[in-house]
Amino acid sequence: MGPQLRLQPRTEQKVVQFLMYFMTSLAVLVLVFILVVILKNGLPQLSLEFLTRNPADMGREGGILSTIVATIFLTFIALLVATPLGVGTAIYLTEYTVESRITKVIRFGAECLAGIPSIIFGLFGFILFVNKLKFGWSILSGGLTLAFMVLPTIIRTSEEAIKAVPQAYRLVSFSLGSTRWQTVTRVVLPSAIPGIVTGVILSIGRSIGETAAVIFTAGSALRMPTSLFSSSRTMSVHFYILAKEGVSMPKAYGTAAVLVISILVINIATYYLMEKYIRRKS
Amino acid sequence: MTKLEKNDRLVRLSLLMIALSAISVLAIITVFIFEQGTPIMFRYGLKSFLLGQDWYPSEKSFGLLPMIVGSIMVTFGALIIGVPLGLASAIFLTEFSHRRLTRILKPIIELLAGIPSVVYGFIGLMFLVPFIRDKFGGPGLSVLAASVILGIMILPTIISIAIDSIRAVPDSYREGSIALGATRWQTVRMVILPAARSGIIAGIILGMGRAIGETMAVIMVAGNAADIPGSLLAPVRTLTSNIALEMAYASGEHREALFATGVILFVIIMILNTIANVTAARQRKK
Repeated sequence: MGPQLRLQPRTEQKVVQFLMYFMTSLAVLVLVFILVVILKNGLPQLSLEFLTRNPADMGREGGILSTIVATIFLTFIALLVATPLGVGTAIYLTEYTVESRITKVIRFGAECLAGIPSIIFGLFGFILFVNKLKFGWSILSGGLTLAFMVLPTIIRTSEEAIKAVPQAYRLVSFSLGSTRWQTVTRVVLPSAIPGIVTGVILSIGRSIGETAAVIFTAGSALRMPTSLFSSSRTMSVHFYILAKEGVSMPKAYGTAAVLVISILVINIATYYLMEKYIRRKS
Repeated sequence: MTKLEKNDRLVRLSLLMIALSAISVLAIITVFIFEQGTPIMFRYGLKSFLLGQDWYPSEKSFGLLPMIVGSIMVTFGALIIGVPLGLASAIFLTEFSHRRLTRILKPIIELLAGIPSVVYGFIGLMFLVPFIRDKFGGPGLSVLAASVILGIMILPTIISIAIDSIRAVPDSYREGSIALGATRWQTVRMVILPAARSGIIAGIILGMGRAIGETMAVIMVAGNAADIPGSLLAPVRTLTSNIALEMAYASGEHREALFATGVILFVIIMILNTIANVTAARQRKK
């Protein structure tokens, strides 16, 4: 038998540990690199003017005010529609029914919806809202499309949050003679609120960063939106167009910085909320 | 029946309605995409769509094979890059690293999951594409660039799900293995990874779904030529890019063909989702 290349378990452990350390550093470094590049090149572009003036000359000049406003409107509509639907579904699944074929179908549907690529949502929104319902490229079409897209996130996080409310709370409430609805609105939901809010905030982050689903539903007109039916360009679509067509790299970096900072702030807020919530629970 | 009980019934019914309408969203999307996309597939024959190599919409030639091959190539490439890095990071962060380091790194990785895909694409365009062009030749916009960017993009998904499933392995497994004299790595390899397998696989499949469904980042770095790429350095067009690139100006049969592209994408994603769900359910049952 030839000599076998077999390391001592201890040596093997050391080699593997070093390798893993190296790979983890690589993964984290790459991700941090992205952040640093955007902030380093983008922050110098930021100024009050950049945030408070409308884009001019296709985005070569001026700021990004109209795209910020469009992003806020779109996100607001998306959440206005998705939150009641999502939380209602979660309440039904957790409080008003036992595991059955219907709940399985609803859960499976939500999982599937979560996996659908955003470009498919874009196609769908384009055909239903823009074409069939004749909303045109508009804030409304884009907002509704985003609502469908974030719905599964809200369902899932609300469900988790409601499930985490201790059973004892419900039992006490029932024993005091409350109905199910009273128990849900006065006992369960108040304790589940932080978890539900977490889901909503996560969805805000997703809506702000989405491009593929928005570009074919909200359009890309560089105007300040005046009504639900005006076509408008969100920050991420604006950034995509600036970068892809090489309109203006400094403005692209500036827009990217605003985009990334707002999403980071939102995600950090969520993270703290969740930590606080978990600490309170345990 | 008292008034309160009646109200409760009403609430139950309306909540059921809400739940059903939420889920009917999936049905509506499916119906619309298929209604728009399937007629043209049958008109020209499924074979000419799936196996046709020429995509010339203006000449009514709608072969999607280059895009199907393109999507498979970049997704596979993304997995080659994302899975080892992601798994190694997850194992390191759960089993090897100092707890304090994990407490810092895990949130950072999760935060980065929120960075919009266009930003990843942009970084790829500014740094990776020129790097590939200078070092390896070719246009830079390539299968390689798309794979690397997608691999990085799916890292957070793979890492967080793998961490969760490794953490779900009971501590008694670890203690038992260490007590038998195994090193930490032997414990990971022979005890923990097998126990966490289904969760990890579900995470990888979800990452795969993300990679195959990603649009904007890929468009920016892939070059988008509608030909089957001859090498890793050749440009490539994916199913998603095909839709996004031409949707703005397509009409008539051309638009229908883009919806047909959507149908194929949809079917692939649904198959992946179902597999991921089934594997994840298996893990939960354990």
